[in-house]
Amino acid sequence: MNTLKDKKPGIFARYPAVKHKAIILAALVAIWIAFRCLSPNYLSYTNIMTILLATSVNGILALGVAWTIMTAGIDISIGTVMTFSCICSGLLFTSGLPIVVAIIAGILVGALCGFCNGFMSAKLGLPPMIATLSMQMITKGLSLVFSECKPVYFSDCAWYQKLATGSFLGIKGFYNAIIILLVLAIISYFLFAKTVLGRYTLAIGSNREAARLSGINVDRWLITIYSVCGAYAGVAGLVMSSRLNSAQPALGPGYEMDAIAAAVIGGNSLSGGEGTIGGVIIGALIISSIQNGLRLMQVTTESQSAIIGVVLIIAVAFDQMSKKRKKN
Amino acid sequence: MKRIVALLLALMMVLALVACGAQEEVVEEVVTEAVTEDVPYVAMVSLGYSHQFWQAVKQGAEEAAAEYGVTITFEGPEQETMVDEQVDMLNTAIQNGPEAICMAAIDVASVATILEEQKAAGIPLVGFDAGLGEDLPAVNVASNNAEAGKLAAVNAAELLGGAGKVAVLGHTETVPDGVARVDGFVDEIKANYPDIEIVDIQYAEGDHMKSAEALKGMLLADPEIDLVYCTNEGACVGAYNGMKELGVVGEVMLVGFDSSKALKDGIRSGEIAGAITQNPVAMGYMTVEAAVKLMNGEDLGTNFIDSGFAWYNADNMDDPAIAPCLYD
Repeated sequence: MNTLKDKKPGIFARYPAVKHKAIILAALVAIWIAFRCLSPNYLSYTNIMTILLATSVNGILALGVAWTIMTAGIDISIGTVMTFSCICSGLLFTSGLPIVVAIIAGILVGALCGFCNGFMSAKLGLPPMIATLSMQMITKGLSLVFSECKPVYFSDCAWYQKLATGSFLGIKGFYNAIIILLVLAIISYFLFAKTVLGRYTLAIGSNREAARLSGINVDRWLITIYSVCGAYAGVAGLVMSSRLNSAQPALGPGYEMDAIAAAVIGGNSLSGGEGTIGGVIIGALIISSIQNGLRLMQVTTESQSAIIGVVLIIAVAFDQMSKKRKKN
Repeated sequence: MKRIVALLLALMMVLALVACGAQEEVVEEVVTEAVTEDVPYVAMVSLGYSHQFWQAVKQGAEEAAAEYGVTITFEGPEQETMVDEQVDMLNTAIQNGPEAICMAAIDVASVATILEEQKAAGIPLVGFDAGLGEDLPAVNVASNNAEAGKLAAVNAAELLGGAGKVAVLGHTETVPDGVARVDGFVDEIKANYPDIEIVDIQYAEGDHMKSAEALKGMLLADPEIDLVYCTNEGACVGAYNGMKELGVVGEVMLVGFDSSKALKDGIRSGEIAGAITQNPVAMGYMTVEAAVKLMNGEDLGTNFIDSGFAWYNADNMDDPAIAPCLYD
């Protein structure tokens, strides 16, 4: 990044997303160095893996919600859709289906919820906030109804917990959950940068009417995008239930906010039309790095939440200011 | 347009009429049932609903209701912090004309006036679990959480041989009975075990995943921790998963609270050293029993009924005295 800056001074001006990514990457490194000075264990191998593992669920949710944010929409149902999909998967498994089928079904349930969100917002004209709010309530309720308020256990499958917490590379501490996050990030990057899905997402986000007039079937693409987001929530549900070896029906509410925060810190504008996949991952890493560092320093949970709130303000304010300066 | 509006209005009126008709019928039904069969109604408003603990309380309450021939309703807010929702539930239950009110108040002050009015009208009040405090004219059925925390401390000290480093992973810093579990433990250690050091107290909302992260943070900050005391099921099972992820099961001892399938499995395998269980089924049963007796004008001779608690580990969990206190 530095060499680019020296040789081509215009690159940041031409690619604001690159500039934002460079800034938050620098911020992430600064956070790491600061915590390393405060707590000697911070950059130990085990703790780095702990941070990455803690990022996995939120990172996957953030990758999902980022798609909807880039269309100038939002999905506040991802946290509870995540829970709902792993509850469904768990119930199918305990009812006797093979685990692989149950896992795939769980992800499909997530995608189906996303499809409904997309349908409500594109075809029925509900604002995405309202469509996904209702989906949040529906999935929160159904998770409790289906599970009869009890956790659904995957204990009958010996390797289910290893799915997220084992290491198929055979490196101790390099959890599969981290690899799942990386693979999803790469898939997202590919979809975003190399396929029409990415281009249309940004086009719809910057100007929906213009996108429609230029011949994009906006409704269909919105439904696709929300379904993708739902499928990501399904995968997050898989990772979470595997870490816990159970699907906990009461978890989920609140997780969407961390994911949205990660996407926003990562440079996704809520008014749509911009954002990067790399930024989302860095945003999620910033949140879990701060949380982990504060925990190592034995700061209480309430203060952690307050501090992350402040970071969110700084990130967005900084972004807004640099945009304003560019306009002037 | 006008025609559509008119049609809609007409439709609404018809619906309203049908709804009124239906409601009247229902009311009539309830009244006749109450008059002919004379089934007293006991309203129970709980602190939570979806957690296994509350489901076990509900089960005990239903057993007592069947035995004493009363009908009960058992409601509770989704999260154990939703004071406003709990007040609404109480108000709604009162509309149905209960002959006794049983409640586990999140915040006694929020319902004191309402309950005092009911008491003045001759409706007996019974508190359970978190209870109704000492200022209201109510009988409380609960396990003594401070004493339970003490019992955990005594057993933890025995496991440590009287010396070592201990961390506490709590689930709430606001609900009094949760705080008492931490305070009882800490006070006992400080008073009687000078060689045991409490190095860190963290709170993680009883959320399984957040508890896993919190435990890992504590252990990475101070790898010499010998034992972690967790104050509810979510904290303990979350911590257990966190230990599995770090690969330190067996190196760090875990002392928990409450019961669930995952917690019992951990204790049976010896990977969790032991836990305190309350007796939620008995708590539910004794609550309804006390309510029925008060309704019949009996004097209980006390305003605190201890529903009990016990220490269990791999050795005694199948004892006839302990097994019924454990639940999934």
